[in-house]
Amino acid sequence: MKLLSATGALTALGLVLSASAANAEAHTGSTLATVMNNGSVQCGVSQGLPGFSNKDDAGNWTGIDVDYCRAVAAAVFGDANAAKFTPLSAKERFTALSSGEVDILSRNTTWTMTRDTQLGLNFAGVNYYDGQGMMVPADLGVKTAMELDGASICTNTGTTTELNITDFFRTNNMSFELVAFEKADEVVAAYDSGRCDVYTTDKSGIAAQRLKLADPAAHTILPETISKEPLGPVVRQGDDQWFNIARWTLNCMINAEEMGVTSANVTDMMNSDNPGIKRLLGTEGTFGENLGVSNGWCASIIEQVGNYGETYEANVGSETPLELARDGSVNALWTQGGLMYAPPIR
Amino acid sequence: MALNTQRDEGGGDGGLAALIYDPKARGLLFQIILLLAVIGFFAWILDNTVSNLAAQNKKSGFGFLGESSGFQILTTLGTYLIEARPGVATYFDIFWIGVVNTLAVAVVGIIFATIIGFTIGIFRLSSNVILRGFATVYVEVLRNIPLLLQILFFYIVVLRILPNKRETGYTLFNGAFGLNIEGLFAPYPAISEGFGTVFLAFVGALVLAWCVAWLARKRQEATGKQFPSFWVGVALVIAITMAVFYSVGEPLVWEFPRFLNAGDELPDGRTVSRIKAGYDIELGGMVIVPEFLALLLALSLYTASFIAEIVRAGILAVPGGQTEASKALGMSNGHNLRLVVIPQALRVIIPPLTSQYLNLTKNSSLAVAIAYPDIVSVFAGTALNQVGQEIEMIFMMMMVYLVISLVTSAFMNWFNDRMRLVER
Repeated sequence: MKLLSATGALTALGLVLSASAANAEAHTGSTLATVMNNGSVQCGVSQGLPGFSNKDDAGNWTGIDVDYCRAVAAAVFGDANAAKFTPLSAKERFTALSSGEVDILSRNTTWTMTRDTQLGLNFAGVNYYDGQGMMVPADLGVKTAMELDGASICTNTGTTTELNITDFFRTNNMSFELVAFEKADEVVAAYDSGRCDVYTTDKSGIAAQRLKLADPAAHTILPETISKEPLGPVVRQGDDQWFNIARWTLNCMINAEEMGVTSANVTDMMNSDNPGIKRLLGTEGTFGENLGVSNGWCASIIEQVGNYGETYEANVGSETPLELARDGSVNALWTQGGLMYAPPIR
Repeated sequence: MALNTQRDEGGGDGGLAALIYDPKARGLLFQIILLLAVIGFFAWILDNTVSNLAAQNKKSGFGFLGESSGFQILTTLGTYLIEARPGVATYFDIFWIGVVNTLAVAVVGIIFATIIGFTIGIFRLSSNVILRGFATVYVEVLRNIPLLLQILFFYIVVLRILPNKRETGYTLFNGAFGLNIEGLFAPYPAISEGFGTVFLAFVGALVLAWCVAWLARKRQEATGKQFPSFWVGVALVIAITMAVFYSVGEPLVWEFPRFLNAGDELPDGRTVSRIKAGYDIELGGMVIVPEFLALLLALSLYTASFIAEIVRAGILAVPGGQTEASKALGMSNGHNLRLVVIPQALRVIIPPLTSQYLNLTKNSSLAVAIAYPDIVSVFAGTALNQVGQEIEMIFMMMMVYLVISLVTSAFMNWFNDRMRLVER
């Protein structure tokens, strides 16, 4: 019996030691190493929001968020096609990022304090300044959001939209009924069938989903913008190097537009004498190596994806079905009265 | 040659040798090693989780339950019973609203599924070709289509066929009940002082009716005289409850929903806007939202198709000789079914029926697809997105389903024990 208990004690000790040894190789936080290992950047995107992340008829992902991810892939690998996309619902997006299922989340996600502090995530910047709006059927005769007392409202569950609309109606002492679905398609279908009077989400989302309605012209978007929705890419906390790559990818695109470097003229610009452009494209300085990527990181981005203005106009601009005009809006460059302002690359 | 059967004494000669050669000690040793390995494994998992959460700077713990939520929940049974106003309700209140809504759809769904399932099951055994054919088609179609598709289908159908919310829609009893796309509007029982007394009287009358039935059964066993104890019991309950109800001063008043047309004048001078036109329950009445109706319909019909097959199996399991014997004794078809076949069939039916009830309860979690605010939709959807602590919240939800399932199966097991064949 004594030998039995001695054996038992030794086994327990061995197990505890092996457990703590296994624990030593816990979360080290090197997303860049994982990404290089995989050979591609795993990107979390939406389940289909035209203009931001949507599959076209050929099955390729397009959108301003998709272009951002391809820019990250171009920065890391020199190849914009080294980006893989995972469609995520609003409910599961943060869990997918926290658990490591995706390396970066580029899914029209609003930057809020709760998400920045409580979820263990970091926002790498803002690639679209948006606000929440509302859409109603035109034959309801409603001209402003203040006439919506007693309305039923359809929206997506698990988003800031629910909180904002509740706040708006509470502040204005109006009553409402909230019908919250999981998938955006279901929201649109319910709104179209007459279940709700109002469809609310970010104004860019409304413009996109309106295209899916049976008769887009029979609906009006109300003039009010009831919240600030700065949309941007998200990474996990605890990995500063990956955070820098994410942040400076966006800054490179905005700076390139400011300096007039486009995907058409980037090869010519490589010979430019302008010191700012030289630093931007990597012909001078070791900015890329400081990030952990090659020095031609920004040149690859502009060449293969384009600068910020190009991706905006190609995906959500006035020439696209979304018709979100950039002139005079907050998404214009700071030199043109908007909010797009990136720290200098120097 | 004598067989040398040497019995090893446990823990006797040579410690280490005994551990290997003595079967009892050997078995014990391996069990202890296995137990330690299992405990070590779970301890490692827990440690890994906690350290990973800490490394990511994620909050942990259950403190979030006291924070107030900022979102509105669709009008359902949960919001009637529990304070749901945004800014006032805490996440704990939200949790209970979700639980109540899940239980509401689960309980009502189980009742409907059982009734429909038993009916379809008996139809399948009918000698009438049309009934049998209909039941067969019903079972084969509904069993084979995934439940999520059925839920979405019924929701779309419900939304398409119901009239617009600004029309009175389908009405019953001259506007007391109204059905349009906004929901089923019904009278709301407004209870006041004294209802407690009426309720106690009701319970007392039930006990009295049960005593009458028990005495009647005793008398039948002794003398053979039959007594219509069921109808007498019903009459007793109604009479006593009504008497107490009126003597206390009618503490229950039905409040009816009203229908407002755009441009109507309200008592306080306001005119009804186009948005507010439709059924109004501000002054009374209640609404059952179409999400609840669609989910209930889908869950009941789907589970009923499985229950129908279970019932058919149970009835077929009763030997045909039983029916022949009861016919020989001169019992009618109804008596035969009710007193001879069904009690024996129930023994076979109840265990798989328990599984179907548990399936229905868990399948109600698909409610988020059609915006019904059950526990998964409200807690693991909206609240999870605001709070972010997945592990604690999913754990709470798993406990909810576990408790509901355990209670259901405990009750069904007790019911099964009562029905069990008692061998001599």
